[in-house]
Amino acid sequence: MSAVRKGAGRLWSVRVAGGLAGLLAGVFLAATVWAQQLVADLSSHLIAITTGFTGTEVVLFGTTDGAGDVAIVVTGPRTPVTVRRKERIAGIWINARSVRFEQVPGYYMVATNRPLDQFVGRPVLERHQIGLPNLQLGPREQLAPDQLALFRSALIRNKQRAGLYGITLGQVAFLGERLFRTNIYFPANVPTGLYNVEALLIRDGEVVSAQTTPLVVSKVGFSAEIYDFARNQPMIYGVAAVIGAIAAGWLAGAIFRRV
Amino acid sequence: MQVYLPIAEMSVNALLVLGMGGLVGFLSGMFGVGGGFLMTPLLIFIGVPPAIAVGTQANQLVAASVSGVLAHWRRGNVDVKLGVVMLLGGMVGTVVGVWIFSILQRIGQIDAAITLSYVFFLGTIGTMMMVEASRALIRRRAPTAKRGKLHRHMWLHGLPLKMRFQRSKLYISALLPAGIGAVGGMLVAIMGIGGGFMLVPAMIYLLNMPTGLVAGTSLFQIIFTTAMATLLQAATNQTVDVMLALLLLIGGVVGAQFGTKAGGRLRGEQARLLLASLVVAVALKLAFDLVVEPNDVFTISTRMS
Repeated sequence: MSAVRKGAGRLWSVRVAGGLAGLLAGVFLAATVWAQQLVADLSSHLIAITTGFTGTEVVLFGTTDGAGDVAIVVTGPRTPVTVRRKERIAGIWINARSVRFEQVPGYYMVATNRPLDQFVGRPVLERHQIGLPNLQLGPREQLAPDQLALFRSALIRNKQRAGLYGITLGQVAFLGERLFRTNIYFPANVPTGLYNVEALLIRDGEVVSAQTTPLVVSKVGFSAEIYDFARNQPMIYGVAAVIGAIAAGWLAGAIFRRV
Repeated sequence: MQVYLPIAEMSVNALLVLGMGGLVGFLSGMFGVGGGFLMTPLLIFIGVPPAIAVGTQANQLVAASVSGVLAHWRRGNVDVKLGVVMLLGGMVGTVVGVWIFSILQRIGQIDAAITLSYVFFLGTIGTMMMVEASRALIRRRAPTAKRGKLHRHMWLHGLPLKMRFQRSKLYISALLPAGIGAVGGMLVAIMGIGGGFMLVPAMIYLLNMPTGLVAGTSLFQIIFTTAMATLLQAATNQTVDVMLALLLLIGGVVGAQFGTKAGGRLRGEQARLLLASLVVAVALKLAFDLVVEPNDVFTISTRMS
């Protein structure tokens, strides 16, 4: 919950800063060309995972101060992930080789208004970690590059299969010259935590403006209470689970006796 | 209808899970087995992480066993004394099982070890039961065959600490049921199952217990071993999802009631042959998965271990 509040607080300050920037830009327009070249916001800054949660969509919208291309990068909280490869040993498939990646985002999605290679070069993509090939995952093991690439692509493939990494580039739609929007989909198995939604304005192959907006994915209500109970008081949680099961079994037995 | 599971952190179709619980509950009531050996593969199949499938399922089995025992209790089909002796062994077995589990986890081969033990136990016991039950069915069809002796003497019956179990009309060493209970307890800890598929044949063939008492007595013992497993799983691994357990147990307890009634109409040999076929089928499926090249030889895990 503290993450939510922190996120909201930061957002508020971002809004204030944005508003101030807009004011200043209006006042000093003649004197200076300095202005926030890109402003973006989300339709919601909290994805609440309730008991009925089946995935949700968040709309990102924003405006630029003129022509240019927009790239949106959504990155979930980074955690370590172990990738294991099965090998056939004595006729059966069992885990053999494993590689640990230390900095794997739980969610990753990129959206642009046109294919990336049409408006930006590799160095910029690498610097800003735009696109799956440029995502830094922090492999721990020292491995031959071709072997490492195999494990890396397997990790991405598994994440894509789970619906957590984008398979294709998302589409940023421009409404006129300056106004843009895109829909970001979060599946039901989306990991909880603090997400970064980055909006980049690219002109002549360079990032001229960037804005990062926080997004919190958090369990709320009944499912949050169960999760916290299981985490904070595991022994009592276990006892409660057993008592509940005995009661349910007893109840069913009693009901069926009448039938 | 989709429901979000707070511990498994995924969304499942509630009706599908209820149906799975009902099916497994029906079989559990009919044969007196917990049904865990069916539920674990089913849950993993719909995408529940294996550790959570095992932990949650232990919780669900508590409810299924309680409601199953009630039905058997009313028919007087529970030998409490024998059940308690088995339970004492079961406690020891669970502790030993947890210890073995932690060693396997350290070696890093827990997944393969679990699947292999499933294939081994289910395959061996299923085949043995199948052969025996078919023989019994054939004997029944041939009236000229001599009636077997009521009681065969094996080296097992020479063990010390003899005890009289009036309800089952047995005079055997207490080490025998306790030993069977201990193996059952180990299975609960390592494979996350009640172990009924192992206890039932062991009680029939090793103890020569009356078949009518076996289901109720094994369920009686399973209540306590699964309750202990739930506690251990919740306390150490936090892998018990009560939301999933609730869905499974609603389906499970209802199914178990019908299963118990259906089981009463089945003859002993027929029930055993059906159970044996089911056990062998699951073993073959698991063995097949081990041998055939997986779609993706790479797997990922975010759990620390």
